[in-house]
Amino acid sequence: MTQSDLQFGLLAGAMPVRVATATEAQWTSTAQAFADARHRLVALWGSDRRDAGEGFVVVAAYAAPDGLACVRLPISSEPPEYPALSTRYPSAVRMQRALFDLLGVRARSIDDEMSVDQRPWLRHAAWPADFFPLRRDTERVLNLDARQEHYPFVVVAGDGVHEIPVGPIHAGIIEPGHFRFSIVGEKVLRLEERLGYVHKGIDKLFDGMTLSEGHRLAGRVSGDSTVAYAWAYAMAAEAVTRCTVPSRAEWVRALLLERERVANHLGDLGALGNDAGLAFGLAQFSRLREQWLRLNGEVFGHRLLMDCIVPGGVATDPDASAIVQIRQQCIDIEKEVLRLRAIYDEHAGLQDRFQTAGIVTPELAARLGLCGLAGRASGQAYDLRVDFPRPPYDGLGVKLAFDTRGDVAARVAVRFDELIESLRLIRLIGDELPDGQVRCSLPSIDGDSFGVGWVEGWRGELMVALEADASGQVRRCHCHDPSWQNWPLLEHAVLDNIVPDFPLINKSFNLTYSGHDL
Amino acid sequence: MLMLMKQVLTKGICTEPPPKVTDAWHIDGAHMQDSILALLGRALTIRHIDAGSCNGCELEIHALNNPYYNLEGCGIKFVASPRHADMLLVTGPVARNMQIAVKRAYDATPDPKLVVAVGDCGCTGGIFGESYASCGRVANVIPVNVAIPGCPPPPLEILRGILSAVTSTHR
Repeated sequence: MTQSDLQFGLLAGAMPVRVATATEAQWTSTAQAFADARHRLVALWGSDRRDAGEGFVVVAAYAAPDGLACVRLPISSEPPEYPALSTRYPSAVRMQRALFDLLGVRARSIDDEMSVDQRPWLRHAAWPADFFPLRRDTERVLNLDARQEHYPFVVVAGDGVHEIPVGPIHAGIIEPGHFRFSIVGEKVLRLEERLGYVHKGIDKLFDGMTLSEGHRLAGRVSGDSTVAYAWAYAMAAEAVTRCTVPSRAEWVRALLLERERVANHLGDLGALGNDAGLAFGLAQFSRLREQWLRLNGEVFGHRLLMDCIVPGGVATDPDASAIVQIRQQCIDIEKEVLRLRAIYDEHAGLQDRFQTAGIVTPELAARLGLCGLAGRASGQAYDLRVDFPRPPYDGLGVKLAFDTRGDVAARVAVRFDELIESLRLIRLIGDELPDGQVRCSLPSIDGDSFGVGWVEGWRGELMVALEADASGQVRRCHCHDPSWQNWPLLEHAVLDNIVPDFPLINKSFNLTYSGHDL
Repeated sequence: MLMLMKQVLTKGICTEPPPKVTDAWHIDGAHMQDSILALLGRALTIRHIDAGSCNGCELEIHALNNPYYNLEGCGIKFVASPRHADMLLVTGPVARNMQIAVKRAYDATPDPKLVVAVGDCGCTGGIFGESYASCGRVANVIPVNVAIPGCPPPPLEILRGILSAVTSTHR
């Protein structure tokens, strides 16, 4: 750890995760040191540990070169406050707002020059401002009536400037959220997002579940990333119980994760063609995606692979004939994808829409913390499968997809590269899948404990942090999606573009609403 | 462009042929065509609303438009406004933050209108249930004609639900 006086202790578990408890001064100095060393802020969340004598605890997780560094800050002040991270890490702004909405712990400005955004984020007017669902002395409240409330969007004024409000219900088959465009002519001067519409209280629902049942809920944080979340949850539960998963189960998990990546990239590549006016692309790619999902259904029993990963292993075990089918499908789909890529690349109309649309420069991406697939298209060379390869990825030699253009074309190119790479990985996994058991039962735990799961989903790195009590129940489970980091960058990517290009730019990021709103 | 043309010509049409007469789907399909002509004129228009879904149901609704299911070939089309819609296809438990939007979309849909709730969450609230943040099933917020179980229901089940709604109205 660079320039931090904190003593980090290594946690049990599949990924390298370290934890340290900080004082307020250390919390701030560590954030500064990590920001200077360009460590990424992965997540920020809070927990009510008043019953354990620690007061409220906020936790920040940073990605350092040697793994994930979790810094805990117990808070004893009343009203509870902590020094804001947003001065060093702009991506913390919305996480701080959400943390207050759910736990009632406020971020305090550490710099007289910079105020901290205190507007509500996940709480709209549907429940009272003094109701904090994650406080352990708060009863679940039913039969609240939703009201309308005023939300202070930032207003752009000037000659000919006007606003276009979009949503929460959007015009396509997509998730809900609100976009407020300030435009002049057709040009976007400013976009402000307002999310939180699909907040379902997931963090609260985990409270009191047994460790071995939480994967179902984690698998429904974001339907397109069900494998990644279920794996991250399982990884956290296995860290908490010090469970060693059978080798074959880890290989099958990687197989499922790569199949999820392929399914999403196939869907997105078609939709991106369509949004740029090439309906042919949607027809072709959605045909391939359907073939892919049908084989998922046949082999694994679920088209989207929900509930296939369970704590202790996997609930599905492909036999030899299934592996043959899977391998053959990879070969067939690869041929078609290469052909379609050539068609996309030579299509002048399509490339005209893709290139230079929605640019996020590598400098901006680094400063604001763009991560995952979109980050790799803007020069941010991070991929957990490459940076911290754990079995089976340590033997597969994952090739990082990378681009520095930062436009829609780059995000399309990264998708193509990752798709082809995942097809290779799946074939390799099929070749080398070890024999043996695919599931074991979770050992019981011997006290209050903490574990983390950290997985490179198709959208980027996602994290599940789990606190369990001695009886094997979940005390607190926090799921973090890379969309938290990437949504604010969409506001930048769309600047100076024309309004009709917004759907295309938005699709090129394809961020989750449900996984963000929780 | 040559490559594109070649791809179109060699892949042809993969829309699956209608099932045999003994197959329940075919019967539903027939009902639907009659019902649509009798009740709604030339086509059924659907406005989809995600009221709080995890996005799993959306993925399968999207699949209905792929060449295998070719929903538009049946005369069923997704539209951008509830004012243009005959049917609301609602997914998810209704998040409290979406309650007002869902009610308004329902009120904006002209009569006669149908509401189909999609997925376990739409049917019962599913894994999310009722809480400070969730109103539970769709029927807790707006009237529902048909509720399709499944997590998520596969495309054919969603199609069955859409057709069932139209058929029951016809009777």
